[in-house]
Amino acid sequence: MHVTDLTPGGPMAPPLLAGRQPDVGAAGIPGDPVFTLENVTVRYGGIAAVDGVTFDIPLNEITAVIGPSGCGKSTLLRCLNRMNDLVPGSSVEGTIRYHGTDLYGPDVDPVEVRKLIGMVFQKPNPFPKSIYDNVAYGPRVLGIKDGLDGRVERALRQAALWDEVKGRLKTSALSLSGGQQQRLCIARALAVNPDVILMDEPCSALDPISTASIEDLMADLKQQYTIVIVTHNMQQAARVSDRTAFLTVQVNTETDRRTGQLVEFDRTEQIFTKPADPRTEAYITGRFG
Amino acid sequence: MTVIATPPRRERVKAAAFKGVLLLSLGVGLVSLGVLLVDTVVTGAPRLNLDLLRRFPSGRPALAGAQSAIMGTIWVVGLCGLFTVPVGVGAAVYLEEYADPARWYNRALEVNIQNLAAVPAIVYGILGLGFLVRGIGLGQVVLAAALTLSLLVLPIVIIASRQAIRAVPNSIRLGSLALGATRWQTVRRQVLPAAVPGIATGSILALSRAIGEAAPLILLGGLTFITFNPTGLDSAFTVLPIQIFNWISRPQEEFRILAAAAIVVLLVILLAMNSAAILIRSRSQRKW
Repeated sequence: MHVTDLTPGGPMAPPLLAGRQPDVGAAGIPGDPVFTLENVTVRYGGIAAVDGVTFDIPLNEITAVIGPSGCGKSTLLRCLNRMNDLVPGSSVEGTIRYHGTDLYGPDVDPVEVRKLIGMVFQKPNPFPKSIYDNVAYGPRVLGIKDGLDGRVERALRQAALWDEVKGRLKTSALSLSGGQQQRLCIARALAVNPDVILMDEPCSALDPISTASIEDLMADLKQQYTIVIVTHNMQQAARVSDRTAFLTVQVNTETDRRTGQLVEFDRTEQIFTKPADPRTEAYITGRFG
Repeated sequence: MTVIATPPRRERVKAAAFKGVLLLSLGVGLVSLGVLLVDTVVTGAPRLNLDLLRRFPSGRPALAGAQSAIMGTIWVVGLCGLFTVPVGVGAAVYLEEYADPARWYNRALEVNIQNLAAVPAIVYGILGLGFLVRGIGLGQVVLAAALTLSLLVLPIVIIASRQAIRAVPNSIRLGSLALGATRWQTVRRQVLPAAVPGIATGSILALSRAIGEAAPLILLGGLTFITFNPTGLDSAFTVLPIQIFNWISRPQEEFRILAAAAIVVLLVILLAMNSAAILIRSRSQRKW
């Protein structure tokens, strides 16, 4: 139900939106892929940062991407809503399908992609505006003027922030604590009724209590949204995720270039108890990385 | 017995001497400015009254005032602001938000704007005279003066606006784009509002430079003896610096007093503008 009022962007709407069932989130079968990555290689200025990654991200689950620093996990995440397009010199090879549509197809407008696939960043980045205006920003950008109050309240409730801020919606978002700011950023992403939420190390700048509240929140949100989280914290991946992709970094000793590669993708339980690859085991037991 | 050794006497003397030199440098600047200010105010004091603002230039010093020059300054600098700020901010937005720095023409633009900011004012005067006044035949009027000063301060406005835009953290842009905002929406709703204080202060400081310029306008043919206020873009004009220049070059002592009084008026305008800039800056402390 959460995607019903995201109206396609008019007659020029790309096939991605036009062909999309509005209730895909509700009607889909959990476990069906939202994203299908096939042999995805991402280059910056011709040099591969991530090479040949293939796996599926299932609907209404939390998929964690873990790995040592420099393995390209954030790069991979940013490809899923085409935020990587903003990095000069970046290019993507292979295919990433989103509900069957090629995300990098010629008719796909990255702006439309980002309306469906929200993102939460490593460091909370609220706009220097009021709490209300932060959450209302996305809907306003979409041209929605009616029912803003209801949307803002619903998004803040979903982000478990409503009770803490309902009395001061007009105060600056920058007066909130770090954990509250991050939940505000989640609420801001939810306010546009996305289909997927990408989280790029959302807790790395937060204290343990705020981290716990975000993790609780993710468990609630996956009822309605597909979540992909990049984390360097293995315990976090083990706690919150249903599936885990483990990436490692290959260092070319001649050129000293680092390229990320997928080692293993499986159910989180499997990865953490019976990993198939010795490199995964070495990483999760702390012998490397 | 102490475990922390005192630094050798030599080092302490050196440190004190260094501090002394720094204070002296500061003092030279402040004292000479102070002396100039006091001297000007004292000299101009007898003519610092409302008649100075009310009267028009006259051959007889006792009857002369600076009204046409003050109104001319307001016209010329006001128009200059009107022309420069939108163009300057537009150029800054392009260079910061849209231009791909890998392209040679964008790099060329950037270097040239830096260079233009360093071109002497008189060169802009020559351009104004050759191109605006004579070339396209505007004549020696308010519009030609405002356009010439616009060219003069445009690079400064662009550079100040770029700095203000660059100071907006990238996380704000990414946050907006990730919500499905277009680049333009991001600039319009996030970047520009956050950069307004910096753009405003930069523009005011640029315009205060324009107010003090005499050389390019003298070259353009700003007249020194104008006994009426500008009535439009095509009006003949004079401005305060030209009026001051004219009065100072007269032999009569009374005109020098008048010039000092007009300098005080110019300084008050400048100080008011700069205070406005400081006020805007302090009102909008970094929010992130």
